[in-house]
Amino acid sequence: MADSKSVPSRRALMRGALALGGAAAIPASARAAGDPAITEMQDWNQYLGDGVDARPYGMPSEYEADTVRRDVPWLTADPVSSVNFTPLHKLDGIITPNGLCFERHHAGIAEIDPAEHRLMINGLVDRPLVFTMEDIKRFPRENRLYFLECAANSGMEWRGAQLNGCQFTHGMVHCVMYTGVPLRHLLEEAGIRAGAKWIMPEGADASAMTRSIPMEKALDDCLVAFAMNGEALRPEQGYPLRIVVPGWEGNMWVKWLRRIEVGDQPWHHREETSKYTDLMANGTARRFTWEMDVKSVITNPSPQAPITHGKGHTVLTGLAWSGRGTVERVDVSLDGGRNWRAARIDGPRLPMALHRFYHEFDWDGSPLLLQSRAIDSDGNVQPTKDALRAVRGENSIYHNNGIQTWHVLKTGEAENVEVS
Amino acid sequence: MSRFPEVAALALIALPALAHAEGLGLGRMATPDEIAAWDIDVRPDGAGLPDGSGNAIDGEEIYAGKCAYCHGDFGEGIDRWPVLAGGQGTLTSDRPVKTVGSYWPYLSTVWDYVHRAMPFGEAQSLGDDEVYAITAYLLYMNDVIEDDFELSRESFGDVEMPNAGGFSRDARPDTATLSQGEPCMTDCKPGPARITMTARVLDVTPDAE
Repeated sequence: MADSKSVPSRRALMRGALALGGAAAIPASARAAGDPAITEMQDWNQYLGDGVDARPYGMPSEYEADTVRRDVPWLTADPVSSVNFTPLHKLDGIITPNGLCFERHHAGIAEIDPAEHRLMINGLVDRPLVFTMEDIKRFPRENRLYFLECAANSGMEWRGAQLNGCQFTHGMVHCVMYTGVPLRHLLEEAGIRAGAKWIMPEGADASAMTRSIPMEKALDDCLVAFAMNGEALRPEQGYPLRIVVPGWEGNMWVKWLRRIEVGDQPWHHREETSKYTDLMANGTARRFTWEMDVKSVITNPSPQAPITHGKGHTVLTGLAWSGRGTVERVDVSLDGGRNWRAARIDGPRLPMALHRFYHEFDWDGSPLLLQSRAIDSDGNVQPTKDALRAVRGENSIYHNNGIQTWHVLKTGEAENVEVS
Repeated sequence: MSRFPEVAALALIALPALAHAEGLGLGRMATPDEIAAWDIDVRPDGAGLPDGSGNAIDGEEIYAGKCAYCHGDFGEGIDRWPVLAGGQGTLTSDRPVKTVGSYWPYLSTVWDYVHRAMPFGEAQSLGDDEVYAITAYLLYMNDVIEDDFELSRESFGDVEMPNAGGFSRDARPDTATLSQGEPCMTDCKPGPARITMTARVLDVTPDAE
């Protein structure tokens, strides 16, 4: 799984040309001793690059071409109703770039002209209202950083180690800054009637996604968002409008939001009965399991990001999050959970957002069994996978927040394992 | 273009009268036709069900033409498309099969979902009678009703879903919290950790490129 450096360097090509045709031009005795990256002139040291008119929307360096979302074709019947995964092993900090946020949609990406988009609020309201995008942008806005995690993130690992890479085991999570209108402003504009206890956001795409959300949450911190990381939502993230349901499972964050119905009871639609219910070992299922529990994963080293420098000073890093608050502490173990030490959390520590942690250590080159364990501000401790299975069995699919183990070999390569 | 040009035209004509003065005065009142066009959801108590009816005999023919391509003639599911029939008694097994008959707690969910999202790629193209008939056929395939049962708003409440009682509330937190003590930091388990399983054995990870 090691990422290959497949882009040929122009310097290498030039050296090749010199060797063929111009070897006599620079006598070996005249070559400076040292790193040719320093002692030899590079193209970019000498020649002009693109002008400011060449890249009106900037893209990553060509050398970052393998920093991409990836999917697992065997998971689903058709990529139009499927999922892909954020390349967590390629990222740092806590912000996910917009183009790398994992995608999950049920009927493909709706491509919506914002001038033709409407948001309707109806049901148990005094005034059923219709808003244009322009109307929505006239309400007071908020900016909030939140993670979004699919309830099925790590779902393929319930029965044991299956996929080699944190992108695949944990990549159904991303974290961006949303700009949007607090949902309560829109609901108050319509006037909530007595007896209203639930809302149901609905999407404009061909799946017409619906979920039931309790009114208490809707009035607390939900946003109707039109921007992520400072720019308009990406089409695959619900352009022009999505609902943000902080800390709760990603399926509830309905994209391409076109309607919110207000009611006195939940709708029990497909995505909250047939799906997103957690089947226990005794054959009964939990429903309305909304919060995403405290969780963490080491992103480097990991199967897609082996240690390539050999033994010596090493930076271990990863991500932690909780849908129930902030992450208070992350512990890491190098020996499969026998001994733990607190990692260093760096950067903003915001509720219901990703946290970045580091642990720097001197690797002696012997095999490692890496684990991380997060504890949130509610006192929830990330459990082992065995502890989860003991209470929920192996058929749950959703809400697997168990501790991940990476086995780092002497070579620095890493693999997904489970340990005793 | 709106799918309801007549509604759009009506709304444009009526717009000035639909402004509202409450709150910030933003947005406008929705017309009854606009609400009817979008408010298609159905609840477990049957609220939202339209007029019309259908039975499994009619439903089988519609299903064969519009559903079987993905879901199979008998609801068995082609490739990885959802299985719609059978699975009763499998929920405690290693490979539970969650279908309308074995898992779905509410009949309204079937009607609502078929109506709003099916057929895949041609959503909301079915007439109300067709949705009643397909829903009846799904119930018949799962041995929930007889093939001549006429499903309608009136008979909806007569159908008992086999797994209606199979759901419970969220019981989390169901793993350790700090209230049960600080997690162990040193010598937490006896002996070195032993690897019990590796993903490599399965070899199902996609190639990086």
